[in-house]
Amino acid sequence: MARMYKKVNRSGIGGVSTLIFLIFIGLFMAVPLVFAISNAFKPMDEIFKFPPSLIVQNPTGRNFSDLFVLMSNSWVPFSRYFFNTLFITSVGTFGQIVLVSMCAYPLALYRFPGNKFISKMIITALMFNGAVLWIPAYMIMAKIGFINTYWAIIIPAFGAPLGMFLMQSFMTQIPRSLIEAARIDGAGSIKIFWSIVMPQVKPAWLTLMIFSVQSLWNLGATMYIQSESLKTLPYALTQIVSAGIARAGVSNAVAVIMMVVPITLFIVSQSNIIETMATSGLKD
Amino acid sequence: MTNEQRLAVPDKKKSFFSSWMSFQFKEMRKNKAMYFFMLPYLLIFAVFTILPVVTAIYYSFTYFNVLEPPHFILWDNYVRLFTADDLFPIALKNTLFFAAIIGPSGYVLSLLFAWLINELSRRTRAFMTLIYYAPTLANVYVVWKIIFSSDQYGLLNGFLMNSGLTLEPIRWLEDVTYIVPAVIVVLLWSSLGTSFLSFIAGLQNVDRTLYEAGAIDGVRNRWQELWYITLPYMRPQLMFGAVMSITAAFSVGDAITNLVGFPSQDYVAWTLIHHMQDYGSTRMEMGYACAIATLLFLMMLFCNRIVQKMLSKVGD
Repeated sequence: MARMYKKVNRSGIGGVSTLIFLIFIGLFMAVPLVFAISNAFKPMDEIFKFPPSLIVQNPTGRNFSDLFVLMSNSWVPFSRYFFNTLFITSVGTFGQIVLVSMCAYPLALYRFPGNKFISKMIITALMFNGAVLWIPAYMIMAKIGFINTYWAIIIPAFGAPLGMFLMQSFMTQIPRSLIEAARIDGAGSIKIFWSIVMPQVKPAWLTLMIFSVQSLWNLGATMYIQSESLKTLPYALTQIVSAGIARAGVSNAVAVIMMVVPITLFIVSQSNIIETMATSGLKD
Repeated sequence: MTNEQRLAVPDKKKSFFSSWMSFQFKEMRKNKAMYFFMLPYLLIFAVFTILPVVTAIYYSFTYFNVLEPPHFILWDNYVRLFTADDLFPIALKNTLFFAAIIGPSGYVLSLLFAWLINELSRRTRAFMTLIYYAPTLANVYVVWKIIFSSDQYGLLNGFLMNSGLTLEPIRWLEDVTYIVPAVIVVLLWSSLGTSFLSFIAGLQNVDRTLYEAGAIDGVRNRWQELWYITLPYMRPQLMFGAVMSITAAFSVGDAITNLVGFPSQDYVAWTLIHHMQDYGSTRMEMGYACAIATLLFLMMLFCNRIVQKMLSKVGD
């Protein structure tokens, strides 16, 4: 059935040239990442070989071991940056999924005064982002006493409008009959939320997870945190890179460590993400 | 008689209004649990998303240097931006330039690649989606610093010199002629973001029988198919994608800083985000920085509204 329309207006040549075009552009997308991975495994003399090669010839783990030696000698040990990023990412992501699910549940499945207004506010919030508002946000955080604590990053992450929008859109398609049936069986709203709604929206959790991890894991230096012992892995990465050419191998090793986590998560949850994104969409 | 009628009317109105109010209150009381569910998120949303907007607008009308309490100067910050600030026109021009390039091309490329990828078989499609989305996931600008490295060990210089196209290494990230093109390449590279995923999903959901119906109704080629069937069907995704692309295009800043420094050579890649950071963190002129933030915020909102209006006409 799905193939039948293809006969109408598609030729085989078009398919092949499309694939070639996609592979060509795909190479452009992949080259920087491949180059970084390859450099991370290059010995020093190979990094400074002319002309530079895209693929490593004599792979070595030296850069990674150098990284740990270098970092354990530094004033703030490398493990500390790693812990900071891990802590911010995991707590921020977990909290966001919990709070967003709790808020999306009534908005998507019940009617009550204020429902439409709140939904409109969240859609409007998608139309600007945090980068624009960091100065007023800084002043607010200074008032609350969040500056120079993990909370300056974690708590705002809980309130991300994109996650909220996606979760709400996804929950809207849960069949009402499921909820009605549970209510007739005597389940309260908390029970319905926990044992009916939450299992149904697993794809949306994974989607929120990938978006949240993507932004928190890659979070570098921010104005909210000045204390060295609270800074993150991407910040440490920029410090190593700025130390100059002698650290070229090591900085690629960090780049690889950085990209492994979000890419792996994406590979694992891709089909769930696509399923969730299918319900994203603004009605006019 | 007439008097009584006249009296009756406002009475009736009042009773309608008060019964509507009491109905609302009853509904609210009935749904009390729902408000408790929403409370934690909405509290954070209010403090970190809504309150900053209000704060920015408020302080944009004040002079505030953190040390002294703010005092009102009305429109002075805005007047100063447009009349007495040499860098502001440059920042505004660059922001609009980057937004005009990155926004539409990121959006169209996302749609084009999603459309092409959608034709592939399931496994190839998943693989291609990963390759195209990987730059957004990885976000490692360090790699580009090595590619654009100003000596012969950079990938690009090495390639160009080795093939004899150039003799001297080009200082991609310091030479004012190359900074902007280099920045655009990197920004485009990572511009297939949330909208790209949304398009992939939207395309997979198009009802296949519509294409057959379209072929019977006289749709002759794939472009007509795209315009008359596919795009109208995925209009909600198109609108969502537009919001994501526009918002991202106006707020490029950190990526540029990572690549070409703060400030870039001769301010050629200086944007409103940088200008705001400069006043907000280095010069501590919070009122002035808030005026820039307010302008940028309004630009994003305005541009989003216009594009939403335009997209609601797709395929009509």
